[in-house]
Amino acid sequence: MTDTDGRTLGRPPLSLVIPGALAAALLVLPLVTLVLDTPWRNFFDELGSTVVLDALGITAIASGVTVVACVLLGTPLAWLLARVEFPGRAVLRAAVTVPLVLPPVVAGVALVTALGRNGLIGSVLRDATGITLPYTITAVVTAHTFVSMPFYVLSVEGALRASGDKYDVVAATLGATRWTTFRRVTLPLAMPGLVAGAALAWARSLGEFGATITFAGNYPGTTQTMPSLIYTTLQSRPEVARTLSMILLVVSIAILAALRNRWLTTP
Amino acid sequence: MRGLSADVRVDGRLEAELTTEPGAVVAVIGPNGAGKTTLLRALAGLVSMTGSVEVDGVSWTRPARLVRDRNVGLVFQDQLLFPHLTAVDNVAFGLRSRGVAGAEAETTARDWLTRFAVAELADRKPGQLSGGQAQRVAIARALAPAPSLLLLDEPFAGLDVGVATALRIELARHLASYDGITLLVTHDALDALTLADTVLVIDDGRVAQYGTPQNVAARPRTDHVARLVGLNVIREHDRFRSFSPSAVTVSLARPEGSARNQWHGTVLSAVTHGDAVRLLVDAGPQLIADVTPGATVELGLVPGREVWVSVKETAISTYA
Repeated sequence: MTDTDGRTLGRPPLSLVIPGALAAALLVLPLVTLVLDTPWRNFFDELGSTVVLDALGITAIASGVTVVACVLLGTPLAWLLARVEFPGRAVLRAAVTVPLVLPPVVAGVALVTALGRNGLIGSVLRDATGITLPYTITAVVTAHTFVSMPFYVLSVEGALRASGDKYDVVAATLGATRWTTFRRVTLPLAMPGLVAGAALAWARSLGEFGATITFAGNYPGTTQTMPSLIYTTLQSRPEVARTLSMILLVVSIAILAALRNRWLTTP
Repeated sequence: MRGLSADVRVDGRLEAELTTEPGAVVAVIGPNGAGKTTLLRALAGLVSMTGSVEVDGVSWTRPARLVRDRNVGLVFQDQLLFPHLTAVDNVAFGLRSRGVAGAEAETTARDWLTRFAVAELADRKPGQLSGGQAQRVAIARALAPAPSLLLLDEPFAGLDVGVATALRIELARHLASYDGITLLVTHDALDALTLADTVLVIDDGRVAQYGTPQNVAARPRTDHVARLVGLNVIREHDRFRSFSPSAVTVSLARPEGSARNQWHGTVLSAVTHGDAVRLLVDAGPQLIADVTPGATVELGLVPGREVWVSVKETAISTYA
């Protein structure tokens, strides 16, 4: 953006170069050592094992369903927060952002308190239908959605606020109902925000561990996600844990790269 | 009763009564912040108002109608074409919202683009249109659903002079065949004189004058309109006195004759205006005076110069 190539302004000061280099090292080195230290010979054997395939499958389903849940439920919430004035809107917006900073374990405890077997809502649900949530894949998805939704809602609400309501006004003068306006104008204009939010929510869900293990447990084949499996394996067979971590790293980088090419480079 | 009958009151900003025949084109003029855009937005239902709006015998205010049920066409200064839709989809939007089937809406939309001579741009997105092209599409979009009220908010602002002139001529042609009512907010006396059959002058949130363009231009009642049409207007009790800047005499010494039509003041600016130099003199009222370039040099008429300006009684037209 500037006309100079920077050299005419002098040498970059060490007081910025040194901390910057440290930050870069901290971010890059662990990943490099993970790549170097992974027992690549066992990579495909591990990838093919039932436990790993199960965990990968559960992670894929959970993160996929989480993104769908965020889009279906989070988009309307973001729209309400951005476009409708109602009492308590500011409070609700603040409450929606709390899970962003909440330690995942605390999120898990909160979910148990609300939806656990003897939880406030969970016990009612159990008495009425016989259904209990904890230790099921539904619980995994619930935990993932709980921690991922704020990322999605904030991103979409930001996009909705940025585009403003001027096009909504135009649509109204052209006879469009609010639903038509939402479908044909608001949503397409906020699409970059939706995609970015979905990517963030998906990434958050992929790495989710604390809330899930607290609320849904760590049962192979039903609730054991990749992060849970890695955590379990690290204690007994650290080299396998490295392989599993590598798999997760490759998958997430591959999907992020695909998203980046497709969407994130568009302004 | 056909036509528009409105009594628009917006708290602290506007109090305007307005009655027009069907098919009328009303130019709304006045200084910035006078309430012109507020009037348009209130009629469209975009700002809350008290009073009443009645269009072709149907009340839009009792009970209050939503914006989408008002059947207005609003053209904004910055067009506000939907950026993600092509020109033809923009124009078809209002038709589809009102229940016209997709294919039929598209055919009608293409007809409208043809009428505004932008048919070949139908499949472009607004980002690929010039300002004049975008404004044509925006006007076509507003007219396509056959609104009973067409509201144009400075449709030529921000366009190149040549583009604005061409669009003005085209718009005049379309408005002649449009049987709804048009309100056109403008800063240009030319718009008022060429497009409108009625002029509504708004000043400080009130209607200052309402009449034919000829009458308003000949007998302005506000400084703003007087400047637009190039006249001086002075309010004297309940009467107005106007005179042309070419009838004004500028001198350094106090002129002879009646003190009634002479003022002492300071030159604020001097700019060329055709063959003459137009002075703006702060003499209590601000007056404009046209002098020859020779006189400008001879009398040293630069900003800051103290002068006397006077006008013959016979050159002044007085009206209520």
